[in-house]
Amino acid sequence: MTPGERALVAVRLMRLDPMGLGGLWLRARPGPARDAVLACLHIKRAARIHPGMDDDALFGGIDLAATLGAGALRHRAGIIGRSETLCLAMAERCPPGLAARLGQAIDAGQCGLVAIDEGAEEGEALPAALAERLGLFVSLDGVSRADIPTGSVIEDGAARERLPAIRLDDHKLARLTVAAAELGIASFRAPLLAARAARGLAALEGREAVGEADLALAANLVFAHRAGPQEEPDPAEDREETEEPSEHSPQRPEDSLPPEDVLVEAVRAALPADVLSRLAAGRAVTAASGGRGSGAARRGNRRGRPLPARPGRGSDARIDIVATLRAAAPWQTIRRRDAESHRLVHVRPGDIRRKRFEETSDRLVIFLVDASGSAAASRLAEAKGAVELMLAEAYSRRDHVALIGFRGENAELLLPPTRSLVQTKRRLAALPGGGGTPLAAALRAGAELGLRQRGQGYAPSLAILTDGRANITLDGRADRQAAGEEARQAAVLIAASGITGIVVDTGRRPSRELAELAQAMAVPYLPLPRATAEALSGVVSSALARP
Amino acid sequence: MTQPFPFSAIVGQDEMKSAMILTAIDSGIGGVLVFGDRGTGKSTAVRALAALLPPIRQVEGCPVNSARPADCPDWADVTSMRRVSRPTPVVDLPLGVSEDRVTGALDIERALTRGEKAFEPGLLARANRGYLYIDEVNLLEDHIVDLLLDVAQSGENVVEREGLSIRHPARFVLVGSGNPEEGELRPQLLDRFGLSVDVASPTDVEMRVEVIRRRIAYDNDRAAFLRHWRAEDAALRKRIVAARKALPGIETPEAALRDCAELCLALGSDGLRGELTLLRAARAHAAWQGDAAVERRHLRGVAAMALRHRLRRDPMDEAGSGARVDRVVDEMFGPLREAAE
Repeated sequence: MTPGERALVAVRLMRLDPMGLGGLWLRARPGPARDAVLACLHIKRAARIHPGMDDDALFGGIDLAATLGAGALRHRAGIIGRSETLCLAMAERCPPGLAARLGQAIDAGQCGLVAIDEGAEEGEALPAALAERLGLFVSLDGVSRADIPTGSVIEDGAARERLPAIRLDDHKLARLTVAAAELGIASFRAPLLAARAARGLAALEGREAVGEADLALAANLVFAHRAGPQEEPDPAEDREETEEPSEHSPQRPEDSLPPEDVLVEAVRAALPADVLSRLAAGRAVTAASGGRGSGAARRGNRRGRPLPARPGRGSDARIDIVATLRAAAPWQTIRRRDAESHRLVHVRPGDIRRKRFEETSDRLVIFLVDASGSAAASRLAEAKGAVELMLAEAYSRRDHVALIGFRGENAELLLPPTRSLVQTKRRLAALPGGGGTPLAAALRAGAELGLRQRGQGYAPSLAILTDGRANITLDGRADRQAAGEEARQAAVLIAASGITGIVVDTGRRPSRELAELAQAMAVPYLPLPRATAEALSGVVSSALARP
Repeated sequence: MTQPFPFSAIVGQDEMKSAMILTAIDSGIGGVLVFGDRGTGKSTAVRALAALLPPIRQVEGCPVNSARPADCPDWADVTSMRRVSRPTPVVDLPLGVSEDRVTGALDIERALTRGEKAFEPGLLARANRGYLYIDEVNLLEDHIVDLLLDVAQSGENVVEREGLSIRHPARFVLVGSGNPEEGELRPQLLDRFGLSVDVASPTDVEMRVEVIRRRIAYDNDRAAFLRHWRAEDAALRKRIVAARKALPGIETPEAALRDCAELCLALGSDGLRGELTLLRAARAHAAWQGDAAVERRHLRGVAAMALRHRLRRDPMDEAGSGARVDRVVDEMFGPLREAAE
């Protein structure tokens, strides 16, 4: 089955049973292929929602325009409840509050949701609360318009009628459940949704009971994106599992159950390998940032702690209409009596209230940890200890932390911004040592992450732990001189961007190069050798606290 | 309203179930925090429990579910003296909820149409005498958490805004759930939860299959499924009601008090709330077991859930604090001889 056909099956299932399946997670950039798929879904214009939508629009509320016009309360029906299938564009930017509300609506069977995820960058993913509830996943990466079979938009009315009577025998149900467990899917929603999908597929095919093919396809559609080790495994173990999934099964004690390897295979075969691995990365991201794909900190900033609305009109301030009406409300009877013209609602300029938010930035400490061979030989363990102390510090201040490790040829974002210490600790402990020191790449990665997160409202700072012996260039060559020069350039970039931070020298003895680098970066330099971990943590936190 | 999944049909998750039952016996224990993966039946359990509990009697039309007409707040204009019975309320507090919705605010409808300043009660009012359920409580915005802390502590919601000065009782059992990997809970809020349990997806395949089987049976033919479990749910309900009745009569020997204090000292839990909750939970547990006095095995049965979230925590400690509690309990009370239950 080609990805295009697979997408089409998912679409037909969605049309058949949107509420039962929860929805469809459609990972696709704008383009003709996506348009074709969406066209098949027949989503009404009114059912399109976007991440910025407020509660009133979604769930209904007071229709202010009509209320003011009529002088009596007019309610407006919300989008949820009006339509079976909703379509959420730019789902990767969905704030956690909206995700939670949509999740509730899905759980309550009020609607099915098509979430169009355009996530391109690392850290952008569908909120986990939604990803968990949407049954189907389709990725249109690399799928062109020509791959989508045309003319196959069949009305499935008959299938709808058939659906309630479709049988799924207990044995097959057990196999779905076991396959889900086998794939490391902890949630019980997955097998339930797969069962639902299997029945839907049988209905589409005109069968009376779920067949073998339905089972495999349902597992494929529902499990593929959820599959993967739930726990952070050893990298080696992980590889083994993805490469040789069948190796895993003989260890299972339940031999009474038939081999569900067929299903597991069906899932593994569902998506190209890189999509699976990228999804796994995406899941890590989602898990780390609590599903706030649009950036955790925005929660703290864009909305902020609401302050009471204030009278007066600012040039760019948003008018708090409700507060304005509230201010005007008690006077209505009096004003009506005194009014010359007959109006239903009398709002005077003095009633106007502006919205105000208290904006505070969440701090984000990005740890750049050198795990190169030279650092490992000297004091990687101590550096890790220092990072842990700083993490404890960050925890008490409720800072966010991110972790970038660098060794060998490049720097790797081990943990996107998160508040979860458990995760950070785990990733840090798992960071192996060895290889060259791609310092320039690390600095760049840190600066890029910092700038990106600043765009989302964090106040980033860098904590760089290295022995400063840069010897790998950006393009991965071993050239000490060029690497040093590139690191210096990256440092200047950091200074120019105004990101604060600290450089901790973890080498055996302080390195002059690194001190100069810190100077270029305009951040304090701290040689680790003489410092105990506690002292280090104190200095670092005061350095990072610098405005 | 559709009938929720029956409580007795929930497979496994014994600790979570027993924690919830304890709060149903004594709502003064102060709520349950359930931490675990998504899709492990956390919200199912809360809804099921509320449906299981005996209905409450309330004055008809009272926005805060008052039991007696005298308890109705004066702003509510409750005219009816009739008392009606209704299921125990379970109110969802979604993420991203506005402060107005939580505490209540000026009633715009009446303000607009009649020019009156009136109070429109919020979620806290609706949750009075029932359950307030917060999914993903660890992602809740700080200003909402502040609100909840205050109300959960005082049992009263005070609204001072927009020229309104309103107060009403808001005593509810707080049930929070979340996934610790996604963020930590503020220690202040953590402390407000009486009990805390960790749930995990069962690893036993048979058990997993059974979960799915029951859920599908429920989805396919709700009425038949409910009929099938009605007797067990009724038995549970009876036992809870009996335990509630027995609770005031449970004796608390001096030795049990000493045990509580020593346990908390040994664990170094902050404040005295740990002792108090431990004792309350142990009493409820004794009542549930049909015993007349609190014994060590009752303490043992609830120690982990009452204390694991109160330990002065090393944020870097990987092993669950539950294990720490169990270890200390074993050291103090000697190793477990018989199964707790």
